Amino acid sequence: MNFPENLKYTEDHEWIRVEGNIGIIGVSDHAQGELGDIVYIDIPDHEASLAQGDTFGTIEAVKTVADLLSPVSGKIIEVNSGLNDAPETVNKDPYGDGWIVKIELANPSELDSLMDAATYKSKLGH
Amino acid sequence: MIKTTRFTQIHKDLSAKMVEFAGFTMPIQYPGGIISEHNIVREKVGVFDVSHMGEFEVNGPDALAFVQKITTNDASKLAHGGIQYSAMCYEDAGIVDDLLVYRVADDSFMLVVNGANIDKDWAWCVKNAEGMNLKLDNVSDDINLLAVQGPASRSTLQKLTDEDISEDTLKYYNFKFGKLAGIEMLISRTGYTGELGFELYFRGDDEVARLVWDKVFEAGAEFGIEPVGLGCRDTLRLEKGYCLYGNDIDQTTNPIEAGLGWITKLAKGEFNGSDVITKVKENKPSRHLVGFVVGADKFIARHGYKIFDGENEIGVVTSGNLSPTLNKAIGMGYVTPEFKNPGSKIEIEARGKKFVAEVIKLPFL
Repeated sequence: MNFPENLKYTEDHEWIRVEGNIGIIGVSDHAQGELGDIVYIDIPDHEASLAQGDTFGTIEAVKTVADLLSPVSGKIIEVNSGLNDAPETVNKDPYGDGWIVKIELANPSELDSLMDAATYKSKLGH
Repeated sequence: MIKTTRFTQIHKDLSAKMVEFAGFTMPIQYPGGIISEHNIVREKVGVFDVSHMGEFEVNGPDALAFVQKITTNDASKLAHGGIQYSAMCYEDAGIVDDLLVYRVADDSFMLVVNGANIDKDWAWCVKNAEGMNLKLDNVSDDINLLAVQGPASRSTLQKLTDEDISEDTLKYYNFKFGKLAGIEMLISRTGYTGELGFELYFRGDDEVARLVWDKVFEAGAEFGIEPVGLGCRDTLRLEKGYCLYGNDIDQTTNPIEAGLGWITKLAKGEFNGSDVITKVKENKPSRHLVGFVVGADKFIARHGYKIFDGENEIGVVTSGNLSPTLNKAIGMGYVTPEFKNPGSKIEIEARGKKFVAEVIKLPFL
């Protein structure tokens, strides 16, 4: 299982990669493995303003459904439209082409509350 | 104590994701994933370990009378080597379990029941056999069961047996005894996938189990055989509209509302639940199990979600998933009679929202 060093992770298995004041968000390799085959990703409001921990969408897998929670506060500025026709990209490349949304960070200091790769990895018992 | 089957170590060696099901640790999927495994069974051949299923043997002069009393279908119509899909009901017509009835001889049957219901079904059978001249044996722990399913299943298995298992000789819902992979077994032309398929019942220890598994995979290699798990067993059966006990049917549902009238033969005489079933038929059921396809929304309807017509609650979802073959979200659920016809529009509530769906005729595929 893969845990890139340049990402921050949440307890709910989302990751965020920060570029300037933009955060790119997806779900971890562990999460995609637990969910199994992902079939739909639903982001109801493509311009939502989110507080840290807010639900911004759902991820439907064959076995189960999970909420997507925002790692930080901010406004959604882009949704990965490539996942409409190929949601399985989240299974295949969770940290790359399988990213889910980009948000404009409202409060970058919130990033300090997230886990680094080593902490997340040890939390999972790896 | 979680039980294992004689294939458990094989599943682990194949890196299957194991889950607890029916008191057993069972493979829900292998590394290929549920959708890939689903397509293997529809297009090639897949092998399920379903050794968690229960098998009861019924032998003796009253065997037929017993089977007729506890099941809804008419077992007197079964020839030797014939199999029937059937149900057991309580007196109030609630379903104890759905099952397969195998007729071995005039006075000899095998009942194959759901793994999760073995203890309950056994107690029910023992109670119903009181005063009858027969012998009941619960041989569930002795029997290994592999389901070999898919278009290439016959070509795979024919290589391993001198028994003729061609369509002419071994028809759907028939079985024969014979050696396969060198092991005596019951070869059954059945399955829960809607594909050409066979179920192999045999006794023996881990070594025998591994031998049969290895021979089947060796024979199927040229057809692209793969191990497949319980995850795709659910998507495969749902596409065919087959009921799953505990989801679509249980002790609170009767066979008529569940669409199982075709295995409920009132003409055969009295049986457990027949009085109530007769009344349900006369008065028409208050709800019907239907199939539905979810509309444009990205949404899978799941067991327990409520079904609405506007503000009125009209039913409940019992099964739902993605159909990998149709690439649509499909499901089954109970609705009130006015919504049972194909084309009826319904709404399914989840996460505070309502999603549009349309009732369609079963099966989906």
